[in-house]
Amino acid sequence: MDVFGVAITGVGIIFLFLGNFGVLRLPDVYNRIQAGTKCTTLGAFLTIVGVGIMEPAWLWKALLIALFVLVTNPISSHAIARASRKSGVSLCDRSVVDKTKDFEEFREKT
Amino acid sequence: MAKTAPEASHQRRNFFYLFFILLIIWLALTSSFHWQEFSVGILLSLILSLILSKNYLKLGLPPISLKRIAFSIAFTIVLFIEIVKANLDVAYRVIHPKMPIKPGIVVIKTTLKQDIAKMILANSITLTPGTFTLDILGDTLLIHWINVQSENMDEATKIIGERFEKYLRVIFS
Repeated sequence: MDVFGVAITGVGIIFLFLGNFGVLRLPDVYNRIQAGTKCTTLGAFLTIVGVGIMEPAWLWKALLIALFVLVTNPISSHAIARASRKSGVSLCDRSVVDKTKDFEEFREKT
Repeated sequence: MAKTAPEASHQRRNFFYLFFILLIIWLALTSSFHWQEFSVGILLSLILSLILSKNYLKLGLPPISLKRIAFSIAFTIVLFIEIVKANLDVAYRVIHPKMPIKPGIVVIKTTLKQDIAKMILANSITLTPGTFTLDILGDTLLIHWINVQSENMDEATKIIGERFEKYLRVIFS
């Protein structure tokens, strides 16, 4: 059971590492948030669950914390992304399409 | 203060939901079925859900049914598969020396009505491969897409939102 828990925690740490790597490599704020959200969600989830499996007395608490991370992580990164859009952070040069104007027009209509 | 019949049944439903959720959280935190801890948990959940159930009226949670439970479980499984796929996808894009990204911002539409359903949809989209909810207004969502496959609104809606929406539409109908 210990080995299983360590393996799951290890996979989680690999995903966390890849998330950090993505934050360093990707070109602009929005792409970095993409890497940040996805990898930290699964990475933190697996790390916490792995600790829960290593210590069976903590399993339910660990699952509760993991669920909390799973629910709140997208909300916090959504808040960061929305704030950076409102403060006018532009997309990188490699972007192919930007429909923000359509959205703002729609907002004015309603 | 007189209450209409549907409002009272709404409040009763919210009361039961809140009670069971609080009780499950209590059981997970204490991890014991000893009668003393259990009864304190029941008491606290009862008091809290009596006080707070009114605040959840505007969420418009649907009544419980077997079909909805089955679809919720299916939705959770699909969500987990998509989260794992999202991670492998991002890992691939990050490790690849050329970084095969094609980012852009697109607009999609949703047919969901309740705010809670839209919130679940937006959060699920954030957790799935390459897509990310930037803003939401009425039935329109602004999505950042790391690998744009279609700029057309209807096609993008089909690719991004449909796999979750078909479950949420049944759960919140």
